[in-house]
Amino acid sequence: MTDVIDKPKQDGPDLKVVGTRPVRPDGVDKVTGRAAFGADYRLPGMLTGRILRSPHPHARIVSIDTTKAKALAGVKAVVTAADFPDLDSEEYEAGESAADIRDLSLNVMARHKVLYDGHAVAAVAATSASVAEEALGLIEVVYEVLPHVTDVVEAMSPTAPLLHEGMITQGVTPPPTRPSNIAKRFASQRGDLEAGFAAAEVVIEDSFTTQAVHQGYIEPHACVATMTEDGQSVVWSSSQGQFMVRTYCAKLLGLEVADVRVIPAEIGGGFGGKTTVYLEPVALALSRISGAPVKLVMSRDEVFRATGPTSGTAITVKIGATRDGRFTAAQVELKYQAGAFPGSPAGAAVMTALACYDLENFSIIGWDVVTNTPKVAAYRAPGAPMVAFAVEGVIDELARNLGIDPIAIRELNGVRDGMKASYGPTFRNIGFQETLQAAREHPHYSAPLAPGEGRGVAAGFWFNVGGESTAALHLNEDGSAVVVTGSPDIGGSRASMAMMAAEVLGVGADRVRPVVADTASIGFSMLTGGSRTTFATGMAVTQAAQKVVESLKARAAMTWETGAEHVAWENGQAICLDPAKDVKALSLAELAANAARTGGPISAEVSLNAQGAGPGFGVHICDVAIDRETGHVAITRYTAVQDVGRAIHPAYVEGQIQGGAAQGIGWALNEEYVFGDDGRMQNSGFLDYRMPVASDLPMIEAVMVEVPNPRHPFGAKGVGEVPIVPPLAAVANAVRGALGFRMAHLPLSPPKVRAALDRSG
Amino acid sequence: MSKVHIRARVNGDPVEFLAEQGMTLLDALRDELGLTGAKEGCGSGDCGACSIMVDERLVCSCLMLAPEAEGRRIETIEGMARDGGLHPLQRKFLEHAALQCGFCTPGLLVAAKALLDQNPDPTETETRFWLAGNLCRCTGYDKVIRAVMDAAAELRQAHSA
Ligand code: FES
Ligand code: FES
Repeated sequence: MTDVIDKPKQDGPDLKVVGTRPVRPDGVDKVTGRAAFGADYRLPGMLTGRILRSPHPHARIVSIDTTKAKALAGVKAVVTAADFPDLDSEEYEAGESAADIRDLSLNVMARHKVLYDGHAVAAVAATSASVAEEALGLIEVVYEVLPHVTDVVEAMSPTAPLLHEGMITQGVTPPPTRPSNIAKRFASQRGDLEAGFAAAEVVIEDSFTTQAVHQGYIEPHACVATMTEDGQSVVWSSSQGQFMVRTYCAKLLGLEVADVRVIPAEIGGGFGGKTTVYLEPVALALSRISGAPVKLVMSRDEVFRATGPTSGTAITVKIGATRDGRFTAAQVELKYQAGAFPGSPAGAAVMTALACYDLENFSIIGWDVVTNTPKVAAYRAPGAPMVAFAVEGVIDELARNLGIDPIAIRELNGVRDGMKASYGPTFRNIGFQETLQAAREHPHYSAPLAPGEGRGVAAGFWFNVGGESTAALHLNEDGSAVVVTGSPDIGGSRASMAMMAAEVLGVGADRVRPVVADTASIGFSMLTGGSRTTFATGMAVTQAAQKVVESLKARAAMTWETGAEHVAWENGQAICLDPAKDVKALSLAELAANAARTGGPISAEVSLNAQGAGPGFGVHICDVAIDRETGHVAITRYTAVQDVGRAIHPAYVEGQIQGGAAQGIGWALNEEYVFGDDGRMQNSGFLDYRMPVASDLPMIEAVMVEVPNPRHPFGAKGVGEVPIVPPLAAVANAVRGALGFRMAHLPLSPPKVRAALDRSG
Repeated sequence: MSKVHIRARVNGDPVEFLAEQGMTLLDALRDELGLTGAKEGCGSGDCGACSIMVDERLVCSCLMLAPEAEGRRIETIEGMARDGGLHPLQRKFLEHAALQCGFCTPGLLVAAKALLDQNPDPTETETRFWLAGNLCRCTGYDKVIRAVMDAAAELRQAHSA
């Protein structure tokens, strides 16, 4: 099945459910404490697992002796890498990012070397947490400590300690003869860079750095897993994709996919960080040995040291423009930290770097670099926020230099329909100009600033993705319906699924109950990520509902003894258009009640691979006030404008925008991984890794611009990623306005702002 | 390790359970009493996901030891809805879409109720500072603050009526 919908229905007036704000169907469970998240599951005979982690950022594992741990009363299983198959390299496409199965396996359990502080080396399952903890202390690991490197730029040096002795940089011709920490080079160019810069009347160049930051979901990774003697396995876990967990568990343990059933728990935030596995294969390996269900839950310290984060970066941007503000050329070089294994979002960063702008001449080079830090995981619009921070910062300087309004310079250079995107395709139905205009016309933009305050503007782009999804719709005998998908609900997507189905059926949203099913109960769906669920799974839901409506029409025709072409579906009932018949409309409930006599149960399942997600653009306006005594930056007003295509449930779209903006603000102002000289993370708790709290933020005004996406039945575009792209730059540009000079190194935390103020005298 | 016998009241009901000396009250609630509404986000008092009331005081249950609960009156999220109906705060959280993943929600609701119990008419700033101990990574707090202020207004009206 393909995704082609010939006649997209996208005019507002006759939409009755889409665009309203019903209470989410899973809401009551979540405000009463009933909702079961990953750590809330408990099985009879369940054991508690614990993981032993490396205290060294880089070391060879000489030996691991588990004899004493195994001998401790109450210990039921101890595993090391020796209990997992030693896999070959194999790329697996998993939605937002591809994974190498061997790297994934080595990240889940170190084999010959540990590559970061917190890298798992062994695991234990025992009858109680205290016994498991005690057993960890009895495992004897002999390490040969190696020199380490945590910084991305230092890791690129030819003299840096090598993480992977055989790693030859990809994407360079001819290939280098010597190994390095540079995994891959990405390049993208167009036109004549030299001529472009020669035509410029102003050229601005600057270098920027950002630090590794964590996705910061409040729910630590957690799972329960059980495996029988014949290998049949069940996993309960909170993740962004039960099918992703199934695939990875099967691969890492050498199981048949059909032997692994994954039951999705409620997920307490993911933001990209739960698009991979850390615990599930380990819990299964422990269960295989112990014969009992095993529960593994990370502590916050483990979450920081061993999962996520996203890359620290070093980025240089040079842009030339004419006096009237037209860009003539742009050059970007970006270095992205991948952590222990290749796979930073440098490639996506290269593609998004200049995607907002119409440029005849540009060159973008990206480097994916391994370091002795946790393997990076996807984080909301992976790769885009950091490079936007740099590019939007340079554009801000250009606008200041040329005396042009910052929104005007973006309107002048911003992409429009029909233009070829910097990353290849031709833009269609994009809303960047509309978004810029809405920002310019917003009262915030013309509101006067208090003395000493600064205002910053920045734009952001994200592709949004589609992909494989399955949905089923079952009509019940009383006319209510159940919609089943395989897409975890991270931020209210159950509500939009029910609403889209209800819209097509012509009933209220509360008559459709959505279920997120386990891997044995619905067809394959890619994970929730890349802002794909409302778009792609929503498309499957809509088509399933359309099939059900077709079936209802056929049944009405049968009842009326007329042709299906004489039946219309309106407001949840079948209307007879056959002038020869004088019959009353048949309601959905009547048709459902009569299903047995008209052909049996009424349901439909649709599997598709959705294309044409429709890129998203955002423009943020940020005001700051700076306390010159402490260096503290206060956000005094924040407005986030975004093209959302069509908001299915506007409140949850606003929520995505507000949440993304808040994460971006944290990234700009306070969040960072701090590594000591010993290569260990020094701030692996929420006290020292400081995410925004309620008193750090003002209200965040979300403004939705709706330029419908004709590839989606209701016009939806992905909305979850775009809002984290502009804030780093919007905040930094506002700080630039307030201080009178630019700070190009994140985070703009109080000590750094103080120091910068001191230097500037 | 020998266990301690503890007696307390949880959401009005008498409970008894055994806990290891070093067990947190959060683990006892979750593992011994099956009340999994309170969550562990950090275990160090920094996220508020484990918020509960002990003798009318808002505490992080991850920082309290289970034996310290002896003889105390404990309120958890499971006791907030009464007589088959949601508490106004719970309703307002739903109406305002003040939750996305919902993991922080039980803690935020318990903390917000503690605020309104002692200050029925908080300003936005007071609400933000009171809830500063409850991390939410999904919402950016905007809708959370609106929901709490709206619930406060509704409760004030109900009281004056
Ligand atoms: S778990 Fe108690 S404050 Fe975070
Ligand atoms: S709703 Fe997810 S952490 Fe608050």
